[in-house]
Amino acid sequence: MKTNYNYPDKNGKFGQYGGRFVPETLLPALYELDQCYQEIKNDSSFTSEYEKLQKEYNGRPTPLTFADRLTEHFGTAKIYLKREDLCHTGAHKLNNAIGQILIAKRLGKKRIIAETGAGQHGVAVATVCAKFGLQCVVYMGETDIERQKPNVFRMKLLGAEVRPVNSGSKTLKDATNEAIRDWVTNVKDTHYIIGSVVGPHPYPMIVRDFQSIIGIETKEQIMKAEGKLPDDIVACVGGGSNAIGIFYPFINNEEVNLIGIEAEGLGIETGKHCATLSVGEPGIFHGMKSYLLQNSEGQVEEVHSISAGLDYPGVGPEHSLLKDIERVKYFSVKDDDALKGVDLLTKLEGILPALESAHAIAYLEKLMPQKSKDEIVIVNVSGRGDKDLAIIIDNLSK
Amino acid sequence: MSYIKDYIEKLNGRNRKALSIFLTSGFPDKNSFIDLAKQVLNSGADMLELGIPFSDPLADGPIIQASSKIALDNGIKLKDVFSFSEAITGGTIKPVILMGYANPIRKYGVENFLRDANNSGVKGLIVPDVPLEEYDSFFESGVHKIDVILLTTPTSSEERIKAIDEKSSGFVYCVSITGTTGVKENFSDEVINNISRTRSLIKKNKMMIGFGVSKPEDVKTFSPYCDGVIAGSAVIKSLLNNDNYDTTLKLISELSRACE
Repeated sequence: MKTNYNYPDKNGKFGQYGGRFVPETLLPALYELDQCYQEIKNDSSFTSEYEKLQKEYNGRPTPLTFADRLTEHFGTAKIYLKREDLCHTGAHKLNNAIGQILIAKRLGKKRIIAETGAGQHGVAVATVCAKFGLQCVVYMGETDIERQKPNVFRMKLLGAEVRPVNSGSKTLKDATNEAIRDWVTNVKDTHYIIGSVVGPHPYPMIVRDFQSIIGIETKEQIMKAEGKLPDDIVACVGGGSNAIGIFYPFINNEEVNLIGIEAEGLGIETGKHCATLSVGEPGIFHGMKSYLLQNSEGQVEEVHSISAGLDYPGVGPEHSLLKDIERVKYFSVKDDDALKGVDLLTKLEGILPALESAHAIAYLEKLMPQKSKDEIVIVNVSGRGDKDLAIIIDNLSK
Repeated sequence: MSYIKDYIEKLNGRNRKALSIFLTSGFPDKNSFIDLAKQVLNSGADMLELGIPFSDPLADGPIIQASSKIALDNGIKLKDVFSFSEAITGGTIKPVILMGYANPIRKYGVENFLRDANNSGVKGLIVPDVPLEEYDSFFESGVHKIDVILLTTPTSSEERIKAIDEKSSGFVYCVSITGTTGVKENFSDEVINNISRTRSLIKKNKMMIGFGVSKPEDVKTFSPYCDGVIAGSAVIKSLLNNDNYDTTLKLISELSRACE
């Protein structure tokens, strides 16, 4: 068993990845954030408030559901679903938003900013800002505003200001650029709640730690249900927060296969995809060194996925390390297959997954034929699909 | 001795602050860019800062972002930036420095980049997303023929400013405001106090002030606290708004006169 996995190092590096590649203005704020986090993470007044909110506000622990009909459909290993779709606001994003709003309070920040792709992180941040009475500004690409309208309306209803971003591909990448620019400008009174395990140190670590609650619960639940660890855990990867969240507590359990599923969009060969770890190469983007989809000049590529939450040319630095050391295997699933995944889980289990999570479900088509009946597979259902109904209906009727 | 520091010192010795003008390489037009750069120098700029266009320029406001996009649409690559540099530096003693984000430089190969920049007559380099913390791992060799210039900002502590001065060569780029590049109406006492504080901490290098410098009055405001000023967004905005270069060149000569 591997027990020496301990990242990031003191410089915020996961092996060669991570770091703090941001303008000088932000460095003091990153140190302040790191120091505050180190202080509070073992402070009982913080952890008790955090745990109370996770239980009584977010609805944790989320269930681990045995998917009997899905299991029967494939006829091999038992399939369990980790139900992050049942979190308050409909996705795992609130796990992190709760932790970070408590940090923002400790730091005395009055204003919160966030980026969002699918709108799930934006909704989570708008929710905690409503709950704690803080001003909230969410940056969202115009393309995403168009395709995730229900979440835009929810954020507004929650009292957040949604600022449309019309630069670049008008998606998550560009929303993140704009949020960083806002933070550079207003760093004194503003806390930036990053929604994934991306950005400069200490964000990839903080977001991972808050999302690890998914894997910690999963481990307890599967031990209780089956008396043993699973053989495989499958999760979708955009920036990679739900995946790190469920993987991290299992990293030292080397007998557990960890599988990350990226969005292959219309196919690798078309260039319209987000399979960063599969075909990208290391680069420097959004404050971190990590795998990146880029052209021969080092310009960041405009990428595509049917799922706004996976539509991102970068990936969290810890995933880059986990790929290089081969602790996690990464594969990709196309738009059309993700849509089939939505249909499959809805019809067989009565669970409508988000398009993001449907990528992990769709991968079962490849994984399950390789499995045997005495094995256990867990899929992280990172969010629910209500927000995607318009896209799903539109595509399934084609 | 750094070429840039020596050059700024000589200007200062003639009671003049150095005026550095930022242009985005290959903007607004690829074919006439060298001509534009030469006219900028002839209109009174003492130095040129050539921006390397990047798809995701985090430290830049909307004006420079727009110019960067146009330059990329014009097909500008790093080899074009080097050939512009070579053509511009060929006929002048005025220093040319490059400003570019980390990823295109990393992709080209940092050592290759520094070699080719030096070979094309470039004297300095600014990489806004490589702060102190990442400097050593990014610039692995540690010794370069061209100056690497780091930035201070209003949020930098005394300790950081001293370390930035130590790590930089040529000059330290003092960012006047917290924020991205852009055009500002006026500067508060807080801005001036911070610049004055920064000035007192910089011992090794010259200090130039940038971000928000857009009119002759700004140059006058900052002059007592620096060795030179950098104007970027105001120039790019003027180029975006005017079909010919005359208005922009007039602005530069006004800024230049304010440096006396």
